[in-house]
Amino acid sequence: MSTMTATTQRQPDQASGTTPLSSRVGPIEGTKQSLTLAWRSVIQIRHSPTDLADFSVQPIMFVLLFTFMFGGAIMGDWQTYLTFMLPGMIVMNMLFVTMYVGQGLNSDLTKGVFDRFRSLPIARWAPLAGRILAEQVKQIWSIILVLGVGMILGFRLQNGALGLLAAVGLLLFFALAFSWVGVLVGILAKDPERVQIYGMTVLFPVTFMSNVFVPLESLPSWLEPVVDANPVSTMADAVRGLMMDGAESGPILQTLLWGVVFAAVFAPLAVRAFRRRI
Amino acid sequence: MSATTADLAIHAEGLVKRFGETTALDGVDLEVPRGTVLGVLGPNGAGKTTAVRILSTLLGADAGHATVGGYDVQSQAHQVRQLIGLTGQYAAVDEALTGAENLLLIGRLLGLERSAAKRRAQDLLSDFDLVDAGHRAAGTYSGGMRRRLDLAASLVGRPRILYLDEPTTGLDPRARNDLWDIIRGLVADDVTVLLTTQYLEEADELAGQIVVIDHGRVIARGTPDELKAMTGTRTLAVRPENHTHVPTVRVVVAELASVEPDVNGQLVTAPITDSAILPLVVRRLDDAGVTVTELNLRTSSLDEVFLSLTGKPAEPDRGHDTNQAERIPA
Ligand SMILES: Nc1ncnc2c1ncn2[C@@H]1O[C@H](COP(=O)(O)OP(=O)(O)OP(=O)(O)O)[C@@H](O)[C@H]1O
Ligand SMILES: [Mg+2]
Repeated sequence: MSTMTATTQRQPDQASGTTPLSSRVGPIEGTKQSLTLAWRSVIQIRHSPTDLADFSVQPIMFVLLFTFMFGGAIMGDWQTYLTFMLPGMIVMNMLFVTMYVGQGLNSDLTKGVFDRFRSLPIARWAPLAGRILAEQVKQIWSIILVLGVGMILGFRLQNGALGLLAAVGLLLFFALAFSWVGVLVGILAKDPERVQIYGMTVLFPVTFMSNVFVPLESLPSWLEPVVDANPVSTMADAVRGLMMDGAESGPILQTLLWGVVFAAVFAPLAVRAFRRRI
Repeated sequence: MSATTADLAIHAEGLVKRFGETTALDGVDLEVPRGTVLGVLGPNGAGKTTAVRILSTLLGADAGHATVGGYDVQSQAHQVRQLIGLTGQYAAVDEALTGAENLLLIGRLLGLERSAAKRRAQDLLSDFDLVDAGHRAAGTYSGGMRRRLDLAASLVGRPRILYLDEPTTGLDPRARNDLWDIIRGLVADDVTVLLTTQYLEEADELAGQIVVIDHGRVIARGTPDELKAMTGTRTLAVRPENHTHVPTVRVVVAELASVEPDVNGQLVTAPITDSAILPLVVRRLDDAGVTVTELNLRTSSLDEVFLSLTGKPAEPDRGHDTNQAERIPA
């Protein structure tokens, strides 16, 4: 602590005030700052074993559980079920991962890290953009994971690399749009735990009331239209189509549309809540 | 811009901030000349953090006006942010990153190249005695280490103006002294510091000027010496061995201290300005045949400073009640 002088010398330009300070952040710097903040969100995982478990162990466990526990009962044999269920599982996982953006944001807000960012001369939108960007990395990771486990168990892509790329693109597009819901929840929630509770209480029933785990035909007739209308079902259909043969434009277009709708509704709400909270 | 304003690193006039029913700031004026330390002293809920947040561009004021380094905090926030460093009341470090990564992150955000940011991080870690802990996640740090890391993070950009919101709350005496040394080093480098604290001693140690606020208003300002002279900085405490002597002690103390003492069980206390009365007290009690188990003079706590600042002329009978919330006349 005796060497303070070495690191705190004045910077002549700032101290003298002769060089006028810049009055705004350019888009290139803002993008750089967002990337730096995304990098930070990604390396956070390294030091946080629980996060790593959430991202990695849970999806693997789900694939195994559903395949072997329910596969036989639902479709006669687990191999057939795996082929049916895995694309939907990827969709479900994607939705769960969007909640991490809210959790991380909430933790920054409640722990004062956000205030530190806001006191720095960086773009106003960079912290949010960084979070959302980092989430895409987590999305890709969890897609690889679920798909990887599925392929070890015998799942086969029937539509080639192009189909897979299109499916991943669609998933990421929707994830990007849907992460505004996570952002909103993250801003409104009192603490990070509550963000997760929301994930459990809303996302779980919504994803289970879809055709991810059971075929539509097996449902009682009154439930069928509800499940069919669920955007999760639409997305599961689209991803199934793109990964297996039989990509139909209907579910794909509808998924894109749903993404636009979610973003159009929740982005303004989230930004407004954000302005209010900070 | 007038000449005097140009010499002020921080200049606030009539700051008002309301949160619903609560008026957190009720017309606060502050002037901090370049290269000096202003101590903002006040109890819980006085409005210290609110003032810091407005001056560091985190919060907009409802009324009033403030410039930092000559730039308006509201309309030129981005320029202000290039000048300031903020160490908030609660350490704002990313617990999932290591100490080094926390500092690297700030350096990169401030536009330093990777290697320069790394070097800066290492320099700060060694300045703040955190080299060994630099590779550990900040979540594993002790309270004092976290505070130091937080302060280091606010210095990455070599700010010319530094806000420290209760920087030593929760630190042990040694850590507190270390932090004081660091702050003194910064001031020697011509950094302007606005420091909030609940401890008179801390303001006394560091600040050239002190502003005392309560309920969002400035209730006193001056140098530490001026403030002490104004408030009477010591408290006389006498505890007779026999409880039947309490009235006698009370009379003696009242006479010598010229204020009505506070009686709490067997303990009689009174604020005094002149420590020379101590031998007189001893003599008078001796003459009266009173033996005491405790007799001392201690430096006034902030509480007592407040009493003498706010409780004196308006409500003399309220004197020494310890309920802070009711004390201040509107
Ligand atoms: N975001 C907020 N919403 C509502 N009320 C607030 C908010 N921030 C501060 N207040 C209120 O404003 C008043 C001043 O608070 P402030 O945090 O500035 O006090 P302080 O002097 O920093 O206190 P402490 O010593 O406890 O940190 C308090 O009554 C507080 O409850
Ligand atoms: Mg405070």
